[in-house]
Amino acid sequence: MTGRNQFMTGLAITRFALVAIILALAAGPWLFDLNQQTLLTEFFTLLVLALMWNLLAGYADIITVGQHAFVGVGAYAFYGLAVLADVDIFLAIPMAALTTLLVAIPTMAIIFRLRTAYLAVGTWVAAEVMMLIAGKLPGFGGGSGTSLPIPVVKAFGATLSGRVSTFYAMSFALALLAFGTTWIFLRSRVGLGLTAMRDNEEAAGAAGVDLVMTRIVCFLWTAPFLGLAGVLVTLQKLRVAPSASFSITDWTIYIIFIVVIGGIGSLEGPVIGTILFFLLRGYLAAYGTWYLIILGAVSIGVILAEPRGIWGACRRWGIPDLAPASHGPKP
Amino acid sequence: MTIDMLNQAIQGALIGGLYALFAVGLSLSLGVIRFINIAHGDLIVLASFLLMSLSGLLGLSPFVVALFMLPLAFAAGYWLQRLLLQRVVGESVLPVILVTFGLSIMIQNGLLQAYGPDTHKLHGGQIEVASVHMFGLFDIGFFPLAVFFTAIVVIAALDILLYRTSIGARIRAVADDPAAADLIGLSSGRMYAIAMGVVGMTVMLAASCMSVWTNFDPAIGPSRLLTAFEAVVLGGLGSLWGTLVGGMVLGIAQNLGAQMDASWQILAQHLIFLLVLVLRPRGLFPKA
Repeated sequence: MTGRNQFMTGLAITRFALVAIILALAAGPWLFDLNQQTLLTEFFTLLVLALMWNLLAGYADIITVGQHAFVGVGAYAFYGLAVLADVDIFLAIPMAALTTLLVAIPTMAIIFRLRTAYLAVGTWVAAEVMMLIAGKLPGFGGGSGTSLPIPVVKAFGATLSGRVSTFYAMSFALALLAFGTTWIFLRSRVGLGLTAMRDNEEAAGAAGVDLVMTRIVCFLWTAPFLGLAGVLVTLQKLRVAPSASFSITDWTIYIIFIVVIGGIGSLEGPVIGTILFFLLRGYLAAYGTWYLIILGAVSIGVILAEPRGIWGACRRWGIPDLAPASHGPKP
Repeated sequence: MTIDMLNQAIQGALIGGLYALFAVGLSLSLGVIRFINIAHGDLIVLASFLLMSLSGLLGLSPFVVALFMLPLAFAAGYWLQRLLLQRVVGESVLPVILVTFGLSIMIQNGLLQAYGPDTHKLHGGQIEVASVHMFGLFDIGFFPLAVFFTAIVVIAALDILLYRTSIGARIRAVADDPAAADLIGLSSGRMYAIAMGVVGMTVMLAASCMSVWTNFDPAIGPSRLLTAFEAVVLGGLGSLWGTLVGGMVLGIAQNLGAQMDASWQILAQHLIFLLVLVLRPRGLFPKA
């Protein structure tokens, strides 16, 4: 019994440390310099994307290679609303999320005609179409894109340091929101069904989980978050362009590597993967193409050795989930 | 004007032959092993670069090199399946998609590292410039006709292989029910590997035609995958002849789109695909 008590104490200490880290991150604008804040802003944005891809691929069995579609839609919707339609920027942000959701509904209606392996490439085709259309929209600078006008940028802060802190706070809030609500979602009735689907889809269906409805809810759940990440990306780059806003490398390929290596089908996996990704990038970014070759090789190795990634290996060693989505037996 | 459009439509239909060559291999791996090879387009590009290096080195036409390379392409497909893909083939499609996805990124960046980002095109010799004058109206290139004919021959050969030979019967048995096939002594792993070997040969043929017909660079693999995928779905899942029709539909859509505006070429291709998906989700010639 003492062993178990020690174990629970260890878990409690780990969780306490995590809460302390989150509180420290909340105080980021006062603790970190501008470069660190910019890096963390990027970190939170990728984390949101990783959480969403993991929810779809790891739980709902929707393997998308076209996640960048909704990032781009969010970016373009924000530009259209804030710049072209002159909507107040803090109203334009939730409206961009809503627009992404509205685009996701017909997209889903079309590509959900394809299943599993076919759906993966179907999402990619949808993303290509949206990127090509974005390049044709009038007012968005065509194929080369356009910059955010200075008044819109200044609305987020008169000084550079003020803006960096605003973007940091926004991305931190979004990451916290994405993690928190997804955790609650996974612990809800629908989420229980999702966890059952993750473990055995046929059995979940037989036990009464509505597979189609659950997939629809999941797909639509991720859309506004991806759209909001698109807004943050636009604010970091200060411009929209089809190739950058709909970047498959940045918003899909890296994300898949992050989740696969960190651990697909858990909430901890995307967090670990994103941290590793940034650490690796610090060392390997200078090698350019080799970086992607290594990421590809590592992810293949991970799938062969431990399909559930680093967190899957941790679970195997008996480490309990830090953010458990399952319900333990009632005491 | 209408003559011009008709001409474009005919040229587009002929490109369909090239697209069918992209698509038959994908159709085979989807139909038999039931996985989608995300790296399919990148393998075609990889084969194109190999042809470029070898035909440059040996001073031979890329078509001749491709024919000599066919056994090697079979072996490459066979061992890719045996050593890597077989380990992740199973109930869930997720691991296979992720492994081929990783492979795709490695091939793209490996080629970028080895050959640089420039575009290339191979020379096929006289056949490229020769043309046939038809109905007193259009000039049809001899090379597109030859590629279209190659596609027909490849599809007919695959049809015979799958439906008229004992190895084809075994492959189909494994495709229908791998567990039952294993029970009666057919090794599903071996059949899958043979199927992937055949896929490898179609990839080599597709590469020889593509590298002479169009420009290629290390990054175009994904767009070849999407074209192949759309041809497979349009034609009707599992239908080899359907991929030829699917390819032709895509080619015609591309050329008519380009007639409106050059930038509409690819968009028209994708839109026609989505339209057919909405109207006929099971494709134009669904099998059973």
